Amino acid sequence: MVMAAVQTGRYHRSYKSELRLWNTTPQITRMIILAIVLVLIPLVFDNYWMALFNTALIASIGAIGLNILVGFTGQISLGQGGFLAVGAFTSAILTDRMGVPVFFSILGAVLLTAAVGMIFGLPALRLKGLYLAIATLASQMVIIFIVRRWEFLTEGQGFVDVMRLEVFGFSITRANFEQQWYMILLVITIIAAFIATNIFRTGVGRSFMAVRDQDIAASAIGVNLTRAKITAFGVSNGFVGLAGALMAHYTEIVSWERFTLDISIQYLAMIIVGGLGSVAGSIYGATFITLLPVLTRMAADELGGVAPALRQQLPAFEHAIFGLTIIVFLIFEPKGLNRIWERIKEYFRYWPFRY
Amino acid sequence: MEEKHVRTRAYQHSLSGSTLPPGETLLQVSDLSLRFGGVKALTDVNLTVESGTIHSIIGPNGAGKSSLLNCVSGLYKATAGQIMLHRQGKQGKSTENRRPADLEAKDLSRLPPHRVARLGVARSFQNIELFDQLSVLDNIMLGRHIHTKKDPFMAMLWFGPAKRQEIRQRELVEEVIHLLKLQEYRNQPVGALAYGIQKRVELGRALAMQPALLLLDEPMAGMNVEEKEDMARYILDIHELAGLTVVLIEHDMSVVMDISNRVTVLDFGKVIGDGTPTEVMENPKVIEAYLGAGE
Ligand SMILES: Nc1ncnc2c1ncn2[C@@H]1O[C@H](COP(=O)(O)OP(=O)(O)O)[C@@H](O)[C@H]1O
Ligand SMILES: [Mg+2]
Repeated sequence: MVMAAVQTGRYHRSYKSELRLWNTTPQITRMIILAIVLVLIPLVFDNYWMALFNTALIASIGAIGLNILVGFTGQISLGQGGFLAVGAFTSAILTDRMGVPVFFSILGAVLLTAAVGMIFGLPALRLKGLYLAIATLASQMVIIFIVRRWEFLTEGQGFVDVMRLEVFGFSITRANFEQQWYMILLVITIIAAFIATNIFRTGVGRSFMAVRDQDIAASAIGVNLTRAKITAFGVSNGFVGLAGALMAHYTEIVSWERFTLDISIQYLAMIIVGGLGSVAGSIYGATFITLLPVLTRMAADELGGVAPALRQQLPAFEHAIFGLTIIVFLIFEPKGLNRIWERIKEYFRYWPFRY
Repeated sequence: MEEKHVRTRAYQHSLSGSTLPPGETLLQVSDLSLRFGGVKALTDVNLTVESGTIHSIIGPNGAGKSSLLNCVSGLYKATAGQIMLHRQGKQGKSTENRRPADLEAKDLSRLPPHRVARLGVARSFQNIELFDQLSVLDNIMLGRHIHTKKDPFMAMLWFGPAKRQEIRQRELVEEVIHLLKLQEYRNQPVGALAYGIQKRVELGRALAMQPALLLLDEPMAGMNVEEKEDMARYILDIHELAGLTVVLIEHDMSVVMDISNRVTVLDFGKVIGDGTPTEVMENPKVIEAYLGAGE
């Protein structure tokens, strides 16, 4: 089994076979092992961990969205929190107050967030780098301001309650809440990752990457920069809207506090740690950053006997670890976990003839 | 010695996007001026490029050669003047007797770069401008952009039209890779490749556009003699194989004299000579400019 998951060489007889995502027996074997592991997870872990995994899956979708914009198209965004809010509020209000079936309310959230993203993406036509970061920071502020002040959204309560998920006649049971959500989110995440991968193995996605690497050359080969950037904002925020909507239905409550600038920063950390410009990396990074506070807390508990200060100053310790992680990645592996994983695979590819 | 090594395999795709018969005016630049503040980069430049020729633009550093190319490809907006690109009109393509009415002309000087590209003007840059993080294959695939459907929903699905399109584009791109002997670099990120190879990838990306007009800004700059010969060979191959019209900026006079059908000389933003390589070489103004510049 281990041998079968190790790859030796790649040979193709047609472009068609080369275009497949998993060509070789080892790649397929790895995917099968992964699938089995993923399906077994709910049988092994308790509700506490399942809740973390569910949060990580939702974050993965949001991180894929942000990576499409930042990692693949080179347009920095600090507005992630705001766009998640658009998705969450849209779907919550559509189902709860307007009686729209969940499937369509989520679809509505995706489309509306994409549209809002395209509008707030307009400054990207003129601004780059740090200036664009500031402009998107402004969009974060504007969206959260509107969400807080627009009474219609929460009917003055400050939050929206969301019904327990019910989709196509199936409703989540109380007893297996986390496990059922896990299966739903797993399927949606896989579909989202597949869609994102498809975008970047075709012309549309390639034009996004062209804009990122060399915008002048991109325009000289016929890429309409305006259209490419606005499309990227739309596609990216479609995913973010999906993540926001899923957050609403999973947590069953929507309030603005969950969508502050902190969240935007956390999502940027996810794609930096996972790997800019990588779909798989987005998932690794989202999982890592979601689990990081828990791991930090466990470490603090372990070390509590030796260094009690760690346990007493837990929030400060968590922040320090978070910051440190990002710095370590930026310095030692700017291409993130994805690159580390690729290197591991490469190492074994030449195994046992490694040097 | 000069064996046609490129004909060992039959190419299925024509790399030229122009249907103009050879000898007709493809590009006409009239009274083009470009100013940067007080700097007059170009002053009343007139230039005619005939279809099917290799047309070189020479001149000392700072003469305005790159500026001229940038105006043609829409990256710089000319202060005054016109840049007309002639094309076969829609109804003229198949008829035997082509009348002037079948030709149409577009003024490039008012168009953004991506619109110019869509009309079939491809180019390379003096300081290589590739998509560094992408592979050679992806860079050349990007040359297919103007011939690619870019519906995001189609792309998301992958199965069906998106996949078929990828395979179709790939077939042409592989011919370009073969023609320029880039097979061994196919999957390497271009940022890590040697300078000479990068120049070739840039040529490949432009060729994949199946252009009507190919603009090359110093494709041989910074190369050793051998690399220069190779590059000249590739340019000639492309020219012969596809009948492609090439506008070439080059410093090396011997290369220019060898491969050009026509030469235009710029100095301080003005045309000081224009004609066949021999005519230009005998032009006293040109000799003076070149002696003055110390060449
Ligand atoms: N983007 C620009 N901004 C300001 N001046 C420029 C710019 N591009 C070119 N120039 C000026 O125009 C003149 C011609 O430059 P260029 O076209 O690059 O010459 P060449 O390619 O013949 O060496 C030079 O004086 C140069 O400084
Ligand atoms: Mg120049």
